Amino acid sequence: MQSIKPIVATVALLAFPSPLAAHEGGAAAGLLSGLLHPVSGLDHVLAMLAVGIWGAQMGPPAIWVLPVTFPMVMAFGGMLSLLGVPVPGVEIGIGLSALLLGFMVAIERRPAIEVAAVLVGFFAIFHGYAHGAELPEGQSGILYSIGFVVSTGTLHASGIGVGLIHRWDRGKRALRIAGAGIAAGGAWFTWLAVSG
Amino acid sequence: MISLVFSAHLVTTGLGPLFDGIGHAVVTPQDLLPVIAIALLAGLGGKAYARKVLFILPAAWLVGGLLGMTLMWSAPLGTTALSFLILGGLVVADRPVSEKTGMALAVALGLLHGQMSGVEMQAAGIGLVGILGTVGTLFALVSLVTGLVVSLERPWTRIAVRVAGSWIVAVGLLYLGWTFGTRG
Repeated sequence: MQSIKPIVATVALLAFPSPLAAHEGGAAAGLLSGLLHPVSGLDHVLAMLAVGIWGAQMGPPAIWVLPVTFPMVMAFGGMLSLLGVPVPGVEIGIGLSALLLGFMVAIERRPAIEVAAVLVGFFAIFHGYAHGAELPEGQSGILYSIGFVVSTGTLHASGIGVGLIHRWDRGKRALRIAGAGIAAGGAWFTWLAVSG
Repeated sequence: MISLVFSAHLVTTGLGPLFDGIGHAVVTPQDLLPVIAIALLAGLGGKAYARKVLFILPAAWLVGGLLGMTLMWSAPLGTTALSFLILGGLVVADRPVSEKTGMALAVALGLLHGQMSGVEMQAAGIGLVGILGTVGTLFALVSLVTGLVVSLERPWTRIAVRVAGSWIVAVGLLYLGWTFGTRG
């Protein structure tokens, strides 16, 4: 039987990389904040899932064009926020994104890919703007950015994964119901934004 | 042009300059992401291009590092964000670039980021050994990423690489915002 000491030592070194972690505590907090931010708000989560599901419903090339478009335009919105460029109605835009994208899923609408990309990109600006404005003080901006881009992309991938049930008839119906639920959530968040 | 010292925080591992250099390449996203981007691009470009980038990028990084250590001058910070945007954008587009252009990109990336690293290494007292550690890490990283991408055969896997490129562009846009905005 082989000794497990080398394995235990390796695991311990990997689990407690104190020389590096001690020096980068603030940076690691930025990454964690970025990863958590997109999943900490239901309005963001609903819209991201809708993007993925809608892409899966539409099939190629939308299944990858929409998730490629969204992060880049979202980051553009974040950049506007960081540069101090005012964008009005951010919260309303986020609520409307869930409402309209959920509605598209619910009615299984298949517009031209350019139209879909513009629609998704337009709403991505509002999501990015909100993300860019909410970095906690003292944390690493670039690691926060990496965190929320990865988290957003993972939400899209989750939406695509769910959307793959579209190949079955019952799956199609389930997706349309889910789209209606997302649209209802979006309507609620839009109402809150307008009334608040 | 305003000369700025690269703001990436040089990590000290406590294990000596070689390991400091190795760690620097891995925990500095300002360097790591453009390197991943050019490795993805080289992988998409095929075996011949990937092999050349594998050797040219570390060599250019070494030359850039030596220049940075000697001159103690760094390019403006915004140029780092341009690396994200240009290389990530080419990965997203997945359009073949000519071999000369591809090589020029690798040389430019190596020189630019290498000299930034060189300034930091010199300031931290790590010097040439640290640069060599970074160069070794880059060689390993590029060989792993290009090898992975070159071996991809199914169409959806190539799309996944393009999605990764879009994430790098997104981080680059935000980095531009952090660099020139009021919260950087």
